[in-house]
Parts: sequence; structure tokens; C-alpha cells
Amino acid sequence: MNVLAYIETADGKLKKSALEIISYSAAIASQTGGQVTAIALGDVQADELAKAGRYGAAKVLHANNDKLKQFVSQAYASVVAEAAKTTQADVVILSNSFSGKAMAPRLAIKLQAGIADGAVALPDTAGGFKIKKTAFSGKAFADVELTSKVKIVTLVPNSFKVAENAATGAVEVFNPQISDSDFAVTVKEVVKASDKISLPEAEIVVSGGRGLKGPENWGMVEELAGLLGAATACSKPVSDANWRPHSEHVGQTGLAISPNLYIAIGISGAIQHLAGVSSSKTIVVINKDPEAPFFKAADYGIVGDAFEVVPKLIEEVKKFKAANS
Amino acid sequence: MKILVCISHVPDTTSKINFSDDKKSFVTQGIQYIINPSDEIALARALELTEKDGGTVTVINVGDNTTEPTIRKALAIGATDAVRVNAVPRDAFFVATQIADYAKKNSFDLILTGRESIDYNGSLVSSMVAELLSLPSVNSVKALTIEGNIATLDREIEGGKEVVSCALPCVVSATEGMAEPRIPNMRGIMSARTKPLSVAEPVAAESMQQIVSYDKPLPRTQVKLIDPANVAALVDALHNEAKVI
Ligand SMILES: Cc1cc2nc3c(=O)[nH]c(=O)nc-3n(C[C@H](O)[C@H](O)[C@H](O)COP(=O)(O)OP(=O)(O)OC[C@H]3O[C@@H](n4cnc5c(N)ncnc54)[C@H](O)[C@@H]3O)c2cc1C
Ligand SMILES: Nc1ncnc2c1ncn2[C@@H]1O[C@H](COP(=O)(O)O)[C@@H](O)[C@H]1O
Repeated sequence: MNVLAYIETADGKLKKSALEIISYSAAIASQTGGQVTAIALGDVQADELAKAGRYGAAKVLHANNDKLKQFVSQAYASVVAEAAKTTQADVVILSNSFSGKAMAPRLAIKLQAGIADGAVALPDTAGGFKIKKTAFSGKAFADVELTSKVKIVTLVPNSFKVAENAATGAVEVFNPQISDSDFAVTVKEVVKASDKISLPEAEIVVSGGRGLKGPENWGMVEELAGLLGAATACSKPVSDANWRPHSEHVGQTGLAISPNLYIAIGISGAIQHLAGVSSSKTIVVINKDPEAPFFKAADYGIVGDAFEVVPKLIEEVKKFKAANS
Repeated sequence: MKILVCISHVPDTTSKINFSDDKKSFVTQGIQYIINPSDEIALARALELTEKDGGTVTVINVGDNTTEPTIRKALAIGATDAVRVNAVPRDAFFVATQIADYAKKNSFDLILTGRESIDYNGSLVSSMVAELLSLPSVNSVKALTIEGNIATLDREIEGGKEVVSCALPCVVSATEGMAEPRIPNMRGIMSARTKPLSVAEPVAAESMQQIVSYDKPLPRTQVKLIDPANVAALVDALHNEAKVI
């Protein structure tokens, strides 16, 4: 199968999800006999484009002009659809990110393709195209069979290991035919906390709940996250009370995440919260109540007062860092 | 202003999800249904907009007749009228085809959906409707204002937000922050009984995917408790055992 990998960039550089997407695409191509073409839009540094080859892209298409410098889902979907047609892609892979989720459904219509949103593993291609994806916002998985000629997959960040996989990676300029009607949405302003690790892509997440009593107590959460190179998150009541921004709310009605390590501090572990975090590889729970339901869904637990345990944990992580750097 | 709000009928968030023995279907016994949480946000914002500038709010649901209590609830919250497309929602493409078909025949200034339905799908319907209607769309919107013919929206992105603008008509998917969900009051509940709820028959839409089976995440093995007096043991376990730091 020929695979088209849509790769996301930020500030001219490939995002980590881009490397996951290319590695994943390379695995599908090698499993089925085919070739990976990567496509990036907007301003991207030349050496970053070339990097796609290291992870398995035989060809890297780059489409850029004044209008494509900013993400507009309608236009980006048109460009990627055109690339899918010219490269005769059988499968198009995107990240299950905000932008991937905005483009993929449009691509599905444009290419008359079935779509697996939120895939978490490689497809089973023996005799068809069966793929495992999340369902019921994290409470379950579904195996779906895509029966269309072209298939679209959005891959959950952090669910596939980045692997080097040298291929040619020849960079080509791609000049799509785009119509003005694709640019009805105008980006006025991008507000980014760029120094922060992005929550959906983070490998480690430190999260706080109502047990932390108030926004003034988040200093230790941020300090721990800073030491671990982690993103911060919170439970719903915490963002509802405006202690933290809504964008940090994880769970069934917030973001679903699957980091390698999730540290939950002062969070009870309600079913809606667990839905969004249960696919984390390792879960640590710090809660003063030994009966907190979260302990049943955790790998490691400390029964104790967060205001005593977290400062100690910060000290221990500092020692660990000093010893291991 | 004419607004269409797409309402999905989903299991209550407290529901434990279970599947039939052949793993092919979701067991609905004992499940309470609700308006999908982000759709409630969309509905609340639609009502705020029409209360301010005038207009109507139509809710649409693709579902069999078991979804009518959920639709009535949307009417009780304040929607003007409702339509149910009489079909089991097979997949996102099927649902989007029905909504686009209805919207084409009834021209709306704004189509609002939730960010994501908490049951089968994941943020697909909204952009599919937009693509089928050749309309612009903005996803995961946490603030929406309308000035004349122009919508200004805050869209969530990784690690921040984007402020975008777009001329109406457009399709917008709502997330937390856009409005506070509303609870129906007694007057609303009474009036909902007589508000128009029409039933439309579905149009054909080819299925390009099918569910082979469902699975639940594997339960975790017993938690390892660590003495709060020995936090170093946690760091050690995370490094040497779990190998995550
Ligand atoms: C429609 C709907 C959707 C929802 N969606 C979500 C969702 O997506 N995400 C989500 O998170 N929630 C969601 N909820 C809310 C959910 O039901 C819970 O209410 C919420 O997760 C509880 O948050 P919490 O654990 O921070 O607070 P609490 O339940 O109040 O728990 C606080 C915990 O902190 C512990 N604690 C207190 N003091 C300390 C201390 N000093 N040290 C250590 N521990 C301490 C307590 O023992 C307790 O376990 C939803 C609810 C509804 C109705
Ligand atoms: N059966 C349905 N009927 C009406 N609207 C729906 C239906 N399913 C999904 N939607 C709308 O589409 C949004 C996104 O759903 P989904 O693509 O399933 O995540 C929901 O929040 C609803 O607004």
C-alpha cells in the first residue's frame, strides 16, 4: 500500500507527532509493500524536511505559499487530498491532533474514504484493513474494518514508537491548485504558551485535582512538571472553577491522553476522569484517602497528604536528575 | 438568524460500558441517555445568540424513536423546534449525510455541533457536514461571537488558542468555555411537549466501515503502594521498573 503521511510542524520544525506518523506509515508500507510519501505545508526548514527521510519517507512533498503559512483546515484538506490523488495513496495517515481531526473528515469526503479516527495500533492488513481505535471516549476500543478503496487513519499521539528507518527522503516542491473559497476562515491571532510542553503530545503529565484546594497551590505541580519535562493537566472541577485553563482538563469530556507516565495528585478517580487517562502506560496516584477509586486504576500509589508528599517527590526527582545527568 | 444545532443521544457519562458476548454490540440495558455534553454547550450558545439578536434554533438528531426524550429535553432547554432523522446512526458519514441533506433544504446561517460525541465517533460529523455543504468550519471552539455576518471564534490548538474569523454560513464545533450548559425549567418542560418535532426519513449513504468487535482496556494489576516516608522508592520504581523517567 502506498501511504501518504501528513506531517505537522511548529515554528518550521517537525513535531514529535510527525515522526510518529512517518514511522507508523513506514511500518504499514513495509507490511504491505508500498512507499511512503510525506507531505508538509507552510514554512518548514529544509533540514527538517530532509529529516522525514530518516524515519521512512521515500519522498517529501512540501507545499508552501503566502496563504498556506497558516493552518486553515479546508485549504489544508484540499492540498492533502490532491497529494493523495497524485501519489495514488491507498492510505492517508494524520495525527489525531486538533488540526488532524479538523482535516481528516474533509479528506474522507473528498477521497470517498472510510476513516478510522483515533487509531492506537498498526492495521491488520491480511485480507483487508482492520484497525484498533478508541471508542466511548477512552472507555473502550473498537476494531473497525475499512472497506473503501482509500483509507484514512488518525493516529493517537504517543501510541506508536518513533523508529528510524532510512529511506531516500527526496524533497519535492508541491504546487497544489487551491481555490479562494478554501480560505474563508482567516487566522487573526495565534496565542501560544510556547515554553510549555503540549499536553496531547506529552510523554509525562502531572495532573492536579480538587484535593489541591486552590489555584495558589499549583506551584508545586508546575515545579514537578518542569523537572520531569512534563505537561500539566487537571480534573474537570478544577477547570470549571477557573483554577486552571479548560485546555488542561482531561477526561471523558476533556482531552483524552496517553502519556507514558501520568501522575495524579488529589484526584479521586471518577469514571469520567479515568476515561481520558486510562490508556496512560504508567499511572501514579497521590491521594490522602486510601479508599479513593483512583488507586484501583493505578500502578503506583502513595497514600498521603499531597502538601507533604509532592515537595518530597520534587526533592527526590532533583536528586535523581543530579545523579543521572 | 437561523441556527441548526446537532444533538447526539449518548450514554450518561457515569455509564459503565459493556459489550455483548460476541463483542459486536454495546449493551444498552440499564443505560441512561443524555444530550452529548458538548452539544449542550452548543445549544446554550445558540440560545444566547438568538435571545440577543433574534432568530430560531432548530435541533436535529439522527436516531430511532428511542432518542425522542433527549430531543424533548433540548426543546425544554429552549430550542424552537426539532427534527429527527429516523435511522440508527450507522457511522459518522451516514449521520453527516443526513444533517447536510436537511441543512441544504432548509438553509441555516450557522450550524453548531459538539466537539465530539462521547460514544462511537470522534470529532468527525462536524467537518464532514461542512465538506458536504462546501462550507467553512472551525473545530473545538471555546468562544463564538457574531457581529453582522461575521463570526469571530477562539479555536483550541495544541498548547494554546487561535483567534479566527469567518463569514456566515459556517459550521462550528463547540467545546467547553463557549457557554454554560442550561438546565430545563418547569415552563420549558411544559412548553416542550407542544413544540414541533418532525420526523424525516433518511437519505442513502454508503457505509465504508464496519465494527468488527469491541474491547475494553485491560484492567491494571494491583497497585503498588509506596510508603509516604520513602518517596525515593517511587522515583526508583519509575526509573528502574516502569522505565518511564
Ligand atoms: C457530564 C459530566 C462529565 C464529566 N467529565 C469529566 C471529565 O472529563 N474529567 C474529569 O476529571 N471529571 C469529569 N466529571 C466530573 C467527575 O464526575 C468528578 O466530579 C471529578 O473528576 C472529580 O474531580 P476531583 O477528583 O479533582 O475532585 P474530588 O472528587 O473532590 O476529589 C478530590 C480528591 O482529592 C483528595 N484529597 C483531598 N485533599 C488532599 C490532600 N491534601 N492530599 C491528597 N489528596 C487529597 C480527596 O481524597 C479526593 O479523592 C464529569 C462529570 C459530569 C457530570
Ligand atoms: N446521531 C447524531 N445526530 C445528530 N448529531 C450528531 C449525531 N452524532 C453526532 N452528532 C453531532 O456531531 C458532533 C460530533 O460527533 P462525532 O463526530 O460523533 O464525535 C456531536 O457533538 C453532535 O453535535
